[in-house]
Amino acid sequence: MSTLTEAPPPLAPAAPEKKPPRRRGRFTPYWLLLPGILWLIVFFALPMLYQASTSVQQGSLEDGYKVTWHFATYWDALSAYWPQFLRSVFYAAAATVLCLLLGYPLAYLIAFRAGRWKNLIMILVIAPFFTSFLIRTLAWKTILADNGVVVHTLNSLHVLDLTNWLGWTAGDRVLATPLAVVCGLTYNFLPFMILPLYTSLERIDGRLHEAAGDLYAKPWTTFRKVTFPLSMPGVVSGTLLTFIPAAGDYVNAELLGSTDTRMIGNVIQTQFLRILDYPTAAALSFILMAAILAMVTFYIRRSGTEDLV
Amino acid sequence: MPFVTWLKRHLVVIAGLLTLAYLLLPNVIVTVFSFNKPKGRFNYEWQRFSTHAWKDPCGVADMCGSLSISLQIAVWATVGATILGTMISFALVRYRFRARGAVNSLIFLPMAMPEVVMAASLLTLFLNMGAQLGFFTILIAHIMFCLSFVVTAVKARVMSMDPRLEEAARDLYAGPVQTFLRVTLPIAAPGIAAGALLSFALSFDDFIITNFNAGSTVTFPMFVWGSAQRGTPVQINVIGTAMFLIAVLFVLTSMVVGNRRNKQKA
Repeated sequence: MSTLTEAPPPLAPAAPEKKPPRRRGRFTPYWLLLPGILWLIVFFALPMLYQASTSVQQGSLEDGYKVTWHFATYWDALSAYWPQFLRSVFYAAAATVLCLLLGYPLAYLIAFRAGRWKNLIMILVIAPFFTSFLIRTLAWKTILADNGVVVHTLNSLHVLDLTNWLGWTAGDRVLATPLAVVCGLTYNFLPFMILPLYTSLERIDGRLHEAAGDLYAKPWTTFRKVTFPLSMPGVVSGTLLTFIPAAGDYVNAELLGSTDTRMIGNVIQTQFLRILDYPTAAALSFILMAAILAMVTFYIRRSGTEDLV
Repeated sequence: MPFVTWLKRHLVVIAGLLTLAYLLLPNVIVTVFSFNKPKGRFNYEWQRFSTHAWKDPCGVADMCGSLSISLQIAVWATVGATILGTMISFALVRYRFRARGAVNSLIFLPMAMPEVVMAASLLTLFLNMGAQLGFFTILIAHIMFCLSFVVTAVKARVMSMDPRLEEAARDLYAGPVQTFLRVTLPIAAPGIAAGALLSFALSFDDFIITNFNAGSTVTFPMFVWGSAQRGTPVQINVIGTAMFLIAVLFVLTSMVVGNRRNKQKA
């Protein structure tokens, strides 16, 4: 970025006839930025302020709301809904780890091993995006159905006994359990993991693998010492792109889960659209935003890839 | 043991293909169940083969209406976000100006924010302004969250562009407008197209932000959401399958055309 924007055109100062366009150019960036940035300020930044203000208001739908700096709303919201907060973090973290474990081999396959199938596999990864994700999530109801193949197989292999014991499933069911919700979250956000992983894997110079092999590194050592460290930018942005939307999601918990698997997104949605308790809903949403921003900042600092943003 | 060696060598490929199967399984189910004739209101269990839904895709009340609303919103959101986003990316790459850091974070933040937070805060704004929720509030929201993705896509393309090409155009006495239209824009076009395509897909499929800011307007994802409660008509599977096929065909043709063009150039 810097080399392109900061290198001055070499002849510009010497040529006097180029002065007028430069002066005209002084305000050009601001005119170019104005409409889009204004849009983001009014419809992204300003709403955040309105939401902060709503969260400290008191009143009712009939009499209207007034700002009373009633910070107790935050305390009440947290003490009432901390299980849903924790659950969201756990589910999102589990889905992120699963996405990484499932997505890495596929990204690796596309980057290094697919040969002439590369483009086809790439299309197959992206194409499901174009079918409404709600329809695809509903398909999991069929796949995980109580009398379906998956549940029968898991049951006969006694996998369900294990997951029951862990508290991920209940009885002979997978639907309406945490396992179903995490499975849906993993499925829905997997492409967001695969694409950044693929981008960073593809940039790796193939000769580095050869060099590692020449230095008697076994394939697994090559992966651990060369490939994986070099793919870190993809791992970091992939985990962020999976974790953030998964933590705020309420579609999977609603369609595949039960009342015991409600996430914080479900609570915010219900409070805002059904119970119409705007201050509580705004406070919850504000807490979610602050928590995510804090976690993301911490994570980016720790992983040492600040230039990612 | 040759099998073990073979397995070891191809472990990554096998694992990758299994993941691909996991990704595509729901699409297979959606397609198969578009030929189902369910007993009750819900289309979750296989009963028997039937093409009734394919023969009458708009046979469900309000579904095709919601589809048309979604398409209209997606088209306008794509146009709006692509124009505004392309302007921002040119400013970011080509000019030096104050508050660059602030602009960059304003672009980045919408992508790093859970959708439900943006949805809820936008709703508080609309409620406070007393805005009528509907088509236009959905459109406003969609342009807002598509913008950042367009900027990212176009910026990457403009940044990798050789500035000497434009200098050459100017040296050959092309005016600023001519340079932009005949040199800059054609080079930036793939980035702009990628941003537009992404916007269309994001807007067409958006549910969470729309759910909060739609009022009584029903987009296609909203229709599917409602049907998950009331009963899922087979026709939504028909639409889902058709969308998948159209997307694959679209990408395949654009690839074939691209290949042919490259061959002609070579």
